[in-house]
Amino acid sequence: MAIDVEAVRKDFPILSREVHGVPLVYLDSANTSQKPQVVLDAMTEFYARHNSNVARAVHTLGSEATNAFESARDKVATFLNAPSREEIIFGKNITEMLNLLAYSFSNASSTPGAERFRLGPGDEIVVTEMEHHSNLVPWQLLAQRTGATFRYIPLADNGRLVESAIEEVINERTRIVSFVHQSNALGTVNPVARIVARARQVGAITILDGAQSVPHRPIDVQALGTDFVAFTGHKLYGPTGIGVLWGRYDLLAALPPFLAGGEMIETVAMSGTTFAAPPHRFEAGTPPIAQAVGLGAAVDYVTALGMDNIQAHEDVITAYALTGLQTVQGLRIIGPTEPLHRGATISFTVDGIHPHDVAQMLDEYGIAVRAGHHCARPVCVRYGIPATTRASFGVYTTTDEIDALVHGIERVKEIF
Amino acid sequence: MTAMDSLYQQIIIDHYKNPHHRGLPDQFDAEVHHVNPTCGDEVTMRVRVVDGAISELGWVGEGCSISQASTSVMTDLVVGKPVSEAMQLNALFLELMKSRGQAEITDDVAEALDDAVVFEGVSKYPARVKCALLGWMAMKGAVAAAAENATAEHATAENPTSENPTAENPAALDTTLTTVDTAGLGSASVTHEHTR
Repeated sequence: MAIDVEAVRKDFPILSREVHGVPLVYLDSANTSQKPQVVLDAMTEFYARHNSNVARAVHTLGSEATNAFESARDKVATFLNAPSREEIIFGKNITEMLNLLAYSFSNASSTPGAERFRLGPGDEIVVTEMEHHSNLVPWQLLAQRTGATFRYIPLADNGRLVESAIEEVINERTRIVSFVHQSNALGTVNPVARIVARARQVGAITILDGAQSVPHRPIDVQALGTDFVAFTGHKLYGPTGIGVLWGRYDLLAALPPFLAGGEMIETVAMSGTTFAAPPHRFEAGTPPIAQAVGLGAAVDYVTALGMDNIQAHEDVITAYALTGLQTVQGLRIIGPTEPLHRGATISFTVDGIHPHDVAQMLDEYGIAVRAGHHCARPVCVRYGIPATTRASFGVYTTTDEIDALVHGIERVKEIF
Repeated sequence: MTAMDSLYQQIIIDHYKNPHHRGLPDQFDAEVHHVNPTCGDEVTMRVRVVDGAISELGWVGEGCSISQASTSVMTDLVVGKPVSEAMQLNALFLELMKSRGQAEITDDVAEALDDAVVFEGVSKYPARVKCALLGWMAMKGAVAAAAENATAEHATAENPTSENPTAENPAALDTTLTTVDTAGLGSASVTHEHTR
């Protein structure tokens, strides 16, 4: 069932806003998505009617809050086709979830029973050249902490990975391969199956950064085959402050904790402490309860629309945008130019005009895009540019908005 | 959105397309290189200070129109002026940039800052403030470096050695890498200060 985008837009209150006296054209969903009213209502309703802390209280509100929180966990588990709800961990955002893994791996050095995760000199950690800093810097730091070697699969000129390098860079010394599913800067969708196959050959743990893929295509963690998948709620039409890590239960059960405190313990004594089973082992302190409820409502919303329908809609918009943008003289797309194995994010440069100026002028026409290195500075370094302008789309993006973007860029060119 | 509301006043576009005081003079007392790491705006600037006044200033750079135009406008304001006055103008412009669109510009300030007031709108966009400040920070750094160098040269003039670097016989450049928090606005520009 195709997306009725006009009906969808009515679900998002912010889309009726004006900016500088003209209608908002929001083309920055890769940065954060807008929120449907049902998500806002779910969070307000939680605070107004069911608010309490989770897991601790024996009173009615406490059990309502716990049910609300844990049913959000069930919804996410179903959404990802996770084998078990105990494999869904909630945190603050995906950056925190990736750091969770990086720090749990290094905590393994001092945790009896976690030898399989220990890293040291001679071991290798592999990422790709197109990673967002949140799936790059934590691994650099892990390498630093443990003496392991940090390596990456390089980018080709066309915005995709050098595929032959997959089997070269991933080798017998590789212990961890952490890679992005869909690049936030280039839009490129990576060959997950090929990377997973090679990593399995050498016995490496695989981690998938799903920040830009989970909101835009159906995700089945069992089909994907990686050991971990992480994503963030605020890019999936949910609130900020909620990230999700899915992990294979047998791995989570053997991983030492990251953050310590209440909730993640079994028993605590001054002489020593034992830890809860996953997922709670990795959820120290009061979790983002209302945020999880909001995420659950967002998951319900996109599930009702159908992630495959959302993907089909965005594919149309992306193809339309690639065509339209390439009619602009002096505009160069950074990343794949064909609508194949690429998602609804397009980075570009305009000859002679700095991305900040492009983005600033577009703002004056009501158009919101992003300019800079998009937390993927190695991508800009690789393609020899200081920054790009980036337009990114979502379930509510229309072809009229793409027309406005192209027209806006032409106007910017006239001024400069 | 009227022309007056636009961040991109015609003056800014003009200075971006035809920047003033471009080019690095051969005679100079100090050279600095400033960069905004997050967006890649950069400027290299040389100054000559004679009798406490900025007698010469030239620069090259690349980046967004705000950074380049602001640098160009700044050079018009300070070249030929005493250093003390240049520093006062710097302080005034900094105030304007911190104003978040709430500045009330008095006649005196408008007169002193002249064309630089057109950047007032930038103060509403925190991400662009350091673009507008880049050239001003470079000028401040260059003038300070020139003063330091003058003091050093004065000291070595009293004890001349054959290793004295002079304008005619430059020794290996002494580079210091400092991180400048642009007036406490939470952003950093990396500066390389060369003295000769």
